[in-house]
Amino acid sequence: MRLAQHMSVASDRVRSTVIEATEFPELSRAYRVLGVPKVVINERVEFEGAVPEADFLGAVLKAVETA
Amino acid sequence: MSILNAQVRADVRTELAKLAGPVRLVVFSQELVAGDLCRQNEALAREVAELSEQITVEVLNPAIDRERAAAYGVDQVPALVVEGARDWGLRFYGIPLGYEFSNLIDALVVASTGEPALSEATQTALQALAADVEIKVFSTPT
Repeated sequence: MRLAQHMSVASDRVRSTVIEATEFPELSRAYRVLGVPKVVINERVEFEGAVPEADFLGAVLKAVETA
Repeated sequence: MSILNAQVRADVRTELAKLAGPVRLVVFSQELVAGDLCRQNEALAREVAELSEQITVEVLNPAIDRERAAAYGVDQVPALVVEGARDWGLRFYGIPLGYEFSNLIDALVVASTGEPALSEATQTALQALAADVEIKVFSTPT
């Protein structure tokens, strides 16, 4: 998931954590990880699978939208 | 016994020639919580560090180095933080092998350059963020 990492470097606001799902079964259960890669942003937006950069950015922006 | 075979070591050495400056792998280990995994993670970090003079390894125990762990926002072990001239927010929970290993090497390179491979539009949008963003990426080695 290079996009997440590169986004971290691009902005002080962004932090990315790659989580090895099988070594953290409790976290994986808590986030209902059924397939990988699964991305969860700010506990608000999630998706599975690789996506283009523009879609990933869209998910990040959606995660910080104020209600 | 080595984790990385000779071919992988050669490939990684070539990739790490792209490092533009010093990088640090901060390893979080806690024997009592996940001894075997933490030892493997630490061994992996040291093997990678052997492949470039630009890489240093520091090992912390989150139960002892609590302030550092809190500052990094690390609350699991085994964990790795990849730092360049600054902390870019690059974290790994679990041993980054398989697909994740290539992400680790990529993280080292981008941490050293500080130059993300993203479009101008994406970078502009990210720099304008008004709130913190925490991205979790669940992955597996295969």
